[in-house]
Amino acid sequence: MIEAEILAKRFGAVEAVREVSFTARDGEITGLLGPNGAGKSTTLRMVYGVLAPDRGSVRIDGIDIRGETSRARAHLGVLPHASGLYGNLTARENIAYFGSLQGIDAKQLRARTAELVASLAMESFIERPAKGLSQGQRIKVALARALVHDPANLVLDEPTNGLDVMAIRSLREMLKHLKSLGRCILFSSHVMQEVAALCDQVVIIGRGRVLAQGSLQSIRERAGTASLEEAFLRVLGPTEGCE
Amino acid sequence: MMRALLTVFRKEFLENLRDRRTLVSALLFGPLFGPLLFGAMVSRMLDQSVAESDEPLQITLSGAEQAPNLRRYLESQGVTLALRSLSEDAGRTAVQSRAAKVVVIVPGDYASRFAAAMPAPLLLVADSSDSQARKSADRVRQLLANYGSGIAQLRLKARGVSPLLALPVAVNEIDVTTPTGRAVAILGFMTYFVLFAVLMGGLYLAIDSTAGERERGSLEALLSLPVGRASIVGGKLLATCAYMCLSLAISLAAFVVVFRFVPLERLGMSANLGAGTALKFFAICLPFVPLGAALMTLVASFTRSYREAQTYLTSVLLVPTLPIAFASIYSLKTSSSLMLIPSLSQHLLMTSVLKDEPIAPLDVALSAGSALGVSLLLTVLIARHWRRESMLG
Repeated sequence: MIEAEILAKRFGAVEAVREVSFTARDGEITGLLGPNGAGKSTTLRMVYGVLAPDRGSVRIDGIDIRGETSRARAHLGVLPHASGLYGNLTARENIAYFGSLQGIDAKQLRARTAELVASLAMESFIERPAKGLSQGQRIKVALARALVHDPANLVLDEPTNGLDVMAIRSLREMLKHLKSLGRCILFSSHVMQEVAALCDQVVIIGRGRVLAQGSLQSIRERAGTASLEEAFLRVLGPTEGCE
Repeated sequence: MMRALLTVFRKEFLENLRDRRTLVSALLFGPLFGPLLFGAMVSRMLDQSVAESDEPLQITLSGAEQAPNLRRYLESQGVTLALRSLSEDAGRTAVQSRAAKVVVIVPGDYASRFAAAMPAPLLLVADSSDSQARKSADRVRQLLANYGSGIAQLRLKARGVSPLLALPVAVNEIDVTTPTGRAVAILGFMTYFVLFAVLMGGLYLAIDSTAGERERGSLEALLSLPVGRASIVGGKLLATCAYMCLSLAISLAAFVVVFRFVPLERLGMSANLGAGTALKFFAICLPFVPLGAALMTLVASFTRSYREAQTYLTSVLLVPTLPIAFASIYSLKTSSSLMLIPSLSQHLLMTSVLKDEPIAPLDVALSAGSALGVSLLLTVLIARHWRRESMLG
């Protein structure tokens, strides 16, 4: 479970996040939806602790990310916006590097990698250098790298950006599979269809604030429209779309 | 902490072992550039000096019919004369167009003034920017001066005056340059090449593990792992140091080989660069390795991209030359306070080893201590910078 409480962060004169609170529960997929520049990435970076919030706090399974960063991170898998691989290492070595840094011993690592290779269908390219992999293959390796320590929570920042249809589809399948295992999944997107297709809960963010929060159904009901797109635009307000 | 550090070290070491650019610069170009250039330079010097001393002096003499005595004198000194008739301008043109190296012109009034015991003019035309022509001109000038003083002595004798009166002082030159001393003057370059090899060994790794990591987008994922930043930085520095040590070892081995083939004794030099000296060099340079690694990593950490890092680090390569150049301009003598200046202290210690001078253990300790102290300081700065949020870019 990921709990964010009244997060705020400013960079110089820019208030990137003004007030964001939400809870992402286990066994659910929570989508952070908002236009570009709404503060999604900054919020997620505070969630996985590479940015310190000016105000507010984040708890991962009840552990404060600022207070006990390492212990909290052990419960967290992260797929940042930029999820580059090491081109001269094979897919397996890329995964093993992160596994080893997570403190997993060699024997466990072999077993865990075998599991991930099977569930993400990576058999055909697991021994190939990462620089020769296709987009879809890369995202699988990056995902496997984030999941190598079998975390209870997974945070993904715009994971579908720049992916082709096939890659998006296999990512979706993987996230649904993780949800069925009872994992807590939090991801950001500016693509509404993406969120609609996957999420149990949606948090709509605009200009650094939470504008609406709840199930897809409840957001549609509150906005008084059957279409999520319409609801999204109504929630954002008239000025947001024109900026 | 140690475990994570070693994991980072292993990965950086392995990854760069597979990178052709790193290998070429760290293990081929960096360490071999110095020894090869050095070998070529010394061989060329050797060829030139042998050629010059054997070569007969050749000059173009114009107006020889006016000065038969001078002509005989020059011929008796083994000078090969090309007799021509040139005006002053023609002589100038001949030298400028490189048709002649040195031209001596005997003007029309030479014979009459000579007979009247008045100073008789001679024109010596040469290009002093051409080092070979300048040497020939020096030899000609010397011969003409000798001829002149011979004539002067005869004239004095004929007038009943002792020629010794015209020699108030007699200068005898004593050159105290020892063969090793002369060698050291040239080998002064060598210490820089050794330090250059040390830095080149780590250059690409320092860039790749910092600016490169950010540019290929793997930095944020790495920084969101439950691993202290100090371990990450430590592992990266250690890998950089490992490549620098390899580069240093290859460079010193190459120097040992080159010195076998370059016949330094023929230049009157005896440089002792065998395996023993190479090992001493390695030990002297070892404390400089973490310093170079930390300096390059620090600079690269502040840059935004691979390209930018490359630009800045190329100037870092020149940093160790500064104290060395400074010391040679002010011709500083080895002293304990100079041992506190990294790169200069390594240069001075290596030079002492080459000269076979005794080395004070205190100097070695100061040299190593100051280099390690600065490395530690730089490492702390790197770790601090890596903890900043701006590191994410």
